[in-house]
Amino acid sequence: MARPGWRSAHRILAGACALPLLTLAVQAAGDQLGADPVEDLLHRTGLWALRFLVASLAVTPLRRQLGLPGLAPWRRTLGLWSFAYASVHLSLWWLLDLEGDPGQVLEEVTKRPYVTVGFAAFLLLVPLAITSTRSWQRRLRGRWRRLHLLVHPAILLALLHFLWIEKADFTEPAAYAAGVGGLLLLRLSHRRV
Amino acid sequence: MSRLEMIRASEISDEALVLGRRELLRSGAAVLGTALLPGCFRMEAEASEATPKPSSAEALHFRPGPVELSTDEPPTSLRDATRYNNFYEFGTDKRDPARHAGSLRPRPWSVVIEGEVRRPGRIPLEDLLRPHPLEERVYRLRCVEAWSMVIPWVGFPLAALLKRFEPTSRARYVAFETLLDPEQMPGQRRHSLDWPYREGLRMDEAMHPLTLLAVGMYGRVLPNQNGAPLRLVVPWKYGFKSIKSIVKIRLQRSRPVTTWSQQNPREYGFFANVNPHVDHPRWSQGRERRIGEWHKRPTLFLNGYAEQVASLYRGMDLRRDF
Repeated sequence: MARPGWRSAHRILAGACALPLLTLAVQAAGDQLGADPVEDLLHRTGLWALRFLVASLAVTPLRRQLGLPGLAPWRRTLGLWSFAYASVHLSLWWLLDLEGDPGQVLEEVTKRPYVTVGFAAFLLLVPLAITSTRSWQRRLRGRWRRLHLLVHPAILLALLHFLWIEKADFTEPAAYAAGVGGLLLLRLSHRRV
Repeated sequence: MSRLEMIRASEISDEALVLGRRELLRSGAAVLGTALLPGCFRMEAEASEATPKPSSAEALHFRPGPVELSTDEPPTSLRDATRYNNFYEFGTDKRDPARHAGSLRPRPWSVVIEGEVRRPGRIPLEDLLRPHPLEERVYRLRCVEAWSMVIPWVGFPLAALLKRFEPTSRARYVAFETLLDPEQMPGQRRHSLDWPYREGLRMDEAMHPLTLLAVGMYGRVLPNQNGAPLRLVVPWKYGFKSIKSIVKIRLQRSRPVTTWSQQNPREYGFFANVNPHVDHPRWSQGRERRIGEWHKRPTLFLNGYAEQVASLYRGMDLRRDF
């Protein structure tokens, strides 16, 4: 069990993860988003979903490298926040971009590959979010770990989704891809040892 | 009496319009000027210390263009039109041009006219513009990214300029080039596109009365981020065809290579006509978001200019020649 200091740090972090969403809400309410507010909302919620997912992936290597077991619960927190931002991203896309038309969702998901992969990434996160509780962890035992390896394909699909909407400048998605690549390598090398 | 009223009273004909002041051109661009362009531009200099508002509005003298060529839809706010731009020469984020275009020096400027013309040469901008009366045209602008604006441009028909330089009978296309200077255009230090930016039109498209060379918008000199000092406006085509900060106009027999179609020929064609029935391979072109509105609206064939320009494409398969 983590020490009290770690627990409060974790609580603060968990709360701080809501800040980008609050900022967006305040900006949207005050008409402070960009010239195309819908694009802005979609881009930023999507980006935060990806950032939290990458951050959740970094927890375990960081915990091992630094020898800080207190970091362990951060992985779940960051993962759940990623799911929360992805849910907002998807909902806003449906409500604002497709104007709430469910038929359009199906059409876009099947017709546009960048939507397909983004949607698939979200679907992969759903069982992870559901089984993120302690009781599910106990119930699934060894299978839980295997199930949660789904975070790897999810993050790769999310990266592909990001890369696929760019027109010419791939710097940003490439930077995320490099980060994720590094984290996955760390993971592999740890397993081999 | 404000300076604006003074000018209105003393210098401007009844039908001329002068829009107010603006802060945007306070950057280096503010030198865009007037003494250099007698009869075309008139600068309102910063009045005095007594005038509290920063203003270097450079009002233009112009007439309203033909009514049938302008839309009566409300123009996009000047704020959005000058802060939400695709101009990769200053960065790929849409806010980058407004932030970084201050390094562009739109004066002195010259344009090379070459190729299949009887009177080629390098023409100083003021000489290039002098014979052409300016007019205002309010056009829809549809970006290939599925957003749109309504912009009141100030300029003159490209046809008038081309005729002046006497195209030969071999001229079938017009090729345009943007300035290449990473010092002035910091985005060119990165290879996000194959610089310099190039665009082109078929001769009949170039000679069409809707095709405009713009030197201003919203009644004032073009801000740097909108393509100062001289840009193309082709309202029935996706925005990327309307090349900015032009330094070269070349008439030629063959179809020119254009930047976006070279970058990704599957996604961006030479014609790039606005067409809701031909989707971009990655996204739908059926609807668009008008900047300033939350709802999407249907995209119109040829951006609503079909009546004027559809005949240019008679007999063409617009799915193939997209």
